[in-house]
Amino acid sequence: MTQLALVIDLNICVGCSACVTSCKQWNTSGLAGPLVDENPYGADPTGTFFNRVQTYEIGEYPKTETLHFPKSCLHCEEPPCVPVCPTGASHKRESDGIVLVDYDKCIGCKYCSWACPYGVREFDEHQKVMKKCTLCVDRIYDEELPEAERKPACVMACPTGARLFGDVHDSESDISVTIREAGGYQLMPEWGTQPSNHYLPRRKNHSHIHEDELIRVDNPLKKEGIPQPNRDDPSLEDASSW
Amino acid sequence: MHPAFSVIFLTTLIGAGQGLFLALFLVESLSIVEVLPVQSASFYANGSLFALVLLVGGLVASFFHLGRPERAWRSATMWRTSWLSREVIMLPAFMIVLFLYAMNHYSLGDVSSASVGGEAQVTVLLGITGVILCFALFICTGMIYACLKFLQEWHTPFTPINYILLGTMSGFTLAAVYASVSSPELAKFYAGWALMLTITAFVFRLASLVRNKHLKYKSNLKTALGVRHNKITQKTTGGMGGSFNTREFFHGKPPEFFQAVKWFFLIAAFAIPFLMLVAFSSSESFILFSIAFLVQYVGLLAERWFFFAQSNHPQNLYYQSIS
Repeated sequence: MTQLALVIDLNICVGCSACVTSCKQWNTSGLAGPLVDENPYGADPTGTFFNRVQTYEIGEYPKTETLHFPKSCLHCEEPPCVPVCPTGASHKRESDGIVLVDYDKCIGCKYCSWACPYGVREFDEHQKVMKKCTLCVDRIYDEELPEAERKPACVMACPTGARLFGDVHDSESDISVTIREAGGYQLMPEWGTQPSNHYLPRRKNHSHIHEDELIRVDNPLKKEGIPQPNRDDPSLEDASSW
Repeated sequence: MHPAFSVIFLTTLIGAGQGLFLALFLVESLSIVEVLPVQSASFYANGSLFALVLLVGGLVASFFHLGRPERAWRSATMWRTSWLSREVIMLPAFMIVLFLYAMNHYSLGDVSSASVGGEAQVTVLLGITGVILCFALFICTGMIYACLKFLQEWHTPFTPINYILLGTMSGFTLAAVYASVSSPELAKFYAGWALMLTITAFVFRLASLVRNKHLKYKSNLKTALGVRHNKITQKTTGGMGGSFNTREFFHGKPPEFFQAVKWFFLIAAFAIPFLMLVAFSSSESFILFSIAFLVQYVGLLAERWFFFAQSNHPQNLYYQSIS
């Protein structure tokens, strides 16, 4: 069985929101009708997005780090939003594991959004139905597109390559290997929803310089019994390079 | 959560209607075993039609919660998995049985139930079916909220229990009002029951308040983001203004208002009706009972507002500040 999913590398994401705009552009132009936007240029803009990039500050000034956190439907393997839907509009596809809303069946009761701990479903105030990320289901199977472009719009747009797309049930797929090797994790594992989307942690490269790396162990002066220079004194190399 | 008035009216109105029906059928059952005097058929018929009016009111209110009410019929399809779907089936089923129960009593006329053979048994049978559906409806309504495990304030047996107790409580108070006009000798009986139910409901509601006060949340920003740091501050929610997520899941009132609603409902739904029922139970006064019911109903509206407002959705962790 296939389970399509995204892997988002928080170490690479720079928070440019290109995925947000390209998601909005693709999904507002599709068959399902536009995604609502109210007062887009006004004082209090609001609208429906499938994908948002949030920003968090970790730590306290001056020891702070910025975390850019792209957030969209995680296409859970045990989606709590699906069984609660009274009409069956909210469903998980057998064939590829994408969680979708049938906009023609949705009655707009919003119960599914209550049942999602991640807050990734957004109600469309004009069409009065619940909307959510489709993993660009109208794009990834489109045979008119070149094969390299049969990916979700957000993945295509990411300039830094922080978003990967693939099948998490195939152990040898690129994203499964990445999840395995780069410590991919799931959000809120405590609810047993088993999100298919994974996040790669922020990683830091620290270089450790040990004492013996500063003082040459094979310094010949040691053999002669001549007192070694202090670390800050000019060394033999400094002297011989005159 | 953001309390929606459609749902507040739906749950309080059908609760009172269900409670009123239980009150009527209790008297009918007790009159069959000759504990209570036999009532006229119109007492049951008018009373259950009155309960039906409340249920219709609740049903109408529920439609205001839907974005696409014209598709509401679809919501009966997923009863295998969805408590909401089950409620959508139970509510009209109970209303139909209630209607048949009322019609059967009308057709019986003013003949005592016990003295007529077959037809009386039909009303009793309808009544028993009604009681089963009534409790099933209470449980469905409660489970809609109780089944959401990450809404920890709701995920407790107290939720369906309180829906049952608060509904029956208001229904029996309403029955006392109804009896004071239609069958005054029963008013005291109903007032006594309403009193007991008010006390029981208060005990259980208080227990759930205490439980929720000591709730330990399973999710926090660390699990939400997967970052292990005790101090994480949100800078943006991914939008320059609000969104569905910033509106639907927050009650948006200051904490003082929230606390005031709690005290208001404890006083209006329990304390005042309790005192009024104790003081005036022997007076059988329609006006006094009506005031007690109205105060209790307003208290229950506040209770329901608080029920929604108090529950913290884990998605709120992702929506802590807009910029």
